[in-house]
Amino acid sequence: MVATKDMPQKEYVLKGNAACAGCQDMVALRHAHKALEGNVIQVVPACCTSVVQSLWPKSCLDIPVLNTAFAASAATASGARAALRAKGITDTTVMVWAGDGGTFDIGIQALSGAFERRTDLLYVCYNNQVYSNTGTQRSGATPLHAQTTTTWYGKKEPEKMLDLIVAAHEPVYQTTANSSYPRDLYDKFKKAKEIEGPKFIHIFLPCPQAWNYPVEIGVEIGKLAVETGYWIMWERLGDEWTLGRQSKRFQDPDNRKDIEEFLKLQGRFSHLFKPKKDEKKIQDLRDFVQHRWDAVLRTFT
Amino acid sequence: MVNEVDINPKTRGDMPKTSYSKPTIGSMGKTGSWRTFSPEINYDECSKCRTCWLHCPEAVISQDEDGTPHIDYDYCKGCGICAQVCPKHCISMVRDLEKKEVEA
Amino acid sequence: MKTMLMSANYAAARATVSARVEVVAAYPITPATTVPEQIALLSEDGVFKGEFIRVESEHSAMFACIGASSTGARAFTATSSNGLLYMDEGLHWAAAARLPIVISNINRSVSPSWNIHVTHDDSMSKRDTGWIQFYSASVDELYHTIIQSFKLAEDERVLLPVMVNADGFVLSHTVSTFDYLEPEEVDKFLPPYNPPHWKMDPDDPVSHGNIVFPEHYQEFRYQMHESNKNALTVFEEVEKEYKKLFGKYFGGPIDCYKCDDAEVIFTSQGTIGAEAKDAIDELREEGHKVGNARVRMVRPFPVEKIRELASKVKAFASFDRSASYGFGGPVANDIRASLYHTDYRPFVKSYIGGFGGRDITVPDIKEIVLDTVNVVESGELGPEETWHDLR
Repeated sequence: MVATKDMPQKEYVLKGNAACAGCQDMVALRHAHKALEGNVIQVVPACCTSVVQSLWPKSCLDIPVLNTAFAASAATASGARAALRAKGITDTTVMVWAGDGGTFDIGIQALSGAFERRTDLLYVCYNNQVYSNTGTQRSGATPLHAQTTTTWYGKKEPEKMLDLIVAAHEPVYQTTANSSYPRDLYDKFKKAKEIEGPKFIHIFLPCPQAWNYPVEIGVEIGKLAVETGYWIMWERLGDEWTLGRQSKRFQDPDNRKDIEEFLKLQGRFSHLFKPKKDEKKIQDLRDFVQHRWDAVLRTFT
Repeated sequence: MVNEVDINPKTRGDMPKTSYSKPTIGSMGKTGSWRTFSPEINYDECSKCRTCWLHCPEAVISQDEDGTPHIDYDYCKGCGICAQVCPKHCISMVRDLEKKEVEA
Repeated sequence: MKTMLMSANYAAARATVSARVEVVAAYPITPATTVPEQIALLSEDGVFKGEFIRVESEHSAMFACIGASSTGARAFTATSSNGLLYMDEGLHWAAAARLPIVISNINRSVSPSWNIHVTHDDSMSKRDTGWIQFYSASVDELYHTIIQSFKLAEDERVLLPVMVNADGFVLSHTVSTFDYLEPEEVDKFLPPYNPPHWKMDPDDPVSHGNIVFPEHYQEFRYQMHESNKNALTVFEEVEKEYKKLFGKYFGGPIDCYKCDDAEVIFTSQGTIGAEAKDAIDELREEGHKVGNARVRMVRPFPVEKIRELASKVKAFASFDRSASYGFGGPVANDIRASLYHTDYRPFVKSYIGGFGGRDITVPDIKEIVLDTVNVVESGELGPEETWHDLR
């Protein structure tokens, strides 16, 4: 893994922008672009990243950004890639940077189409598990029992296992990442940059607004997601699947921290703890953790 | 990239045909004004491990060659993540108001 | 230039070769399907040199064109009916992003009920998207209008996308001769597309389409509105140059036939306007002073040309193959609105019909024009709108 001191100093995310204080999306963007080194076209559908750029005529991203419609990011990127091909440009990375709503829900058709066409495209889903930008409505990525403004008493359905859907498209490179592990994230973007074809990076990132936690503990929450086994770090290069070193220990349920440690820090799960602890619902989430491990291992190993 | 130039046209004559934006530091102005608590680095304790730089969401921490961090208070939004991730616990969050009182 | 014999759809596909289109993204829908089919074949045979993206939906077709055009490529698509409606978000997007994309829309009825034949409801419902709109009357006209449209769209005074419409089946699947131009010939007319303001370029990064507050949003739309109107002047120049280079001319925004001394003028869009010439000839032989004005350009609306005609005639018989449901025929409405602030007061009769592919033939047109002739003679307007051949 890259040493922090060897990471590029150049910042492509410019300070003084419109992001909320403590926004983990900006951490992911910073290190993704350090790895891509500016030779990129970034397509952004409606999501937090379309807002954090700030107001016309200024932008906080020092790279070309094409904002597009919610459902259309992978299609827009397909067009950008085709234009580059028509002009004989091969070294520029075309990247979609879409939220979970724009990927799991409204954008999934365009994503599926672009991958089936084997488009040379790096699709990044930064997953904060909710429609944050519109004020925290539930998405297909919102976990079971999480409170949102369209599930006031908690979501009744578990999140969609998008990674398995994406994997069915057999991308040349697919990985999960987490904004709390920026060096690992940087390495993954470095790797993706060198591979031609459809690539998918799924970044877990806590959102202080939507998840309702004290803004300074974003990194801690992201790490707890891994340490409780809730978020699994893995990579798949072609058919070769490897469990990430951050998650290796937590394949064994005995090594995992209890899911409660992850849940209790977040306002969106506070109804599981007060006025009375809801053991059943907490157990549902504990079960989901194992269910995801089983599904992922069953699919990839 | 442009630095904090005031590109805020008053009439349509100064406007382009469509809304394309230029990369700008301080695109939302001096976001340091959003801050309630300010991070203060105790340089005597700092091990120059660069962890604060790594996790800063605002890219307001720069480093010297040897890893010594510097915070740009013009833009730091005061999220406090640097203080949380610092392995030496040598960044403290100080309420701006108290700081000003002390200075006075 | 050489003469070829093809359907309008095949000719539209050929236009992408002639105009050196760099990216086509399209999805099948009857009756536009044979456009992408033919482009696929031309692409696989190495005749079409650009990139052809076989997208998974019309929404993606338009947005792939948007992505391509934003990256500086000349982009084209073709669709029809529900496909055009599915693109709607992208139509607004392309216009507001000022991207000179060209689409060939093969007019077809909108569902339900399922009907694959011509009605203009699909494109007429898109009049307010900011796109420039043409309606074609022949295979030759469709082919050349597509080439001209790139020049018009890419002109800095315009910088807007263009929709070239053709009647489903009546034109799309009817084989006819047209004059084909090799790309080397078109090069004299159409230089490579070079975006004048911005494109996605890592060497000169811009962010396109981020937030604009109330202080400025309106001015962007005002510019779009004015640029759309500029297309009338620019198209005049485009046609003049094209005529000089290739000898082809289709009559400006409104193609007039025997209008100079006419008392009643029949207006329509698309292939009916070609059919109408025969009807006008017959009516002339029968002693009626009538003319035919084929409205080729619906957006921007050729207001001055309508006023010029109105200064000389006693009545318009305006035929729409679509309805602005709840308020008459769309083009008839535009004609009336064009005249309100003038001193010209011809009768404007609105006729609506030919839906779902129902044929409008010479006898239909004669019946309509004679109905308006009677209005002139009696001085009584009668109904403001009439659904023709209503059973």
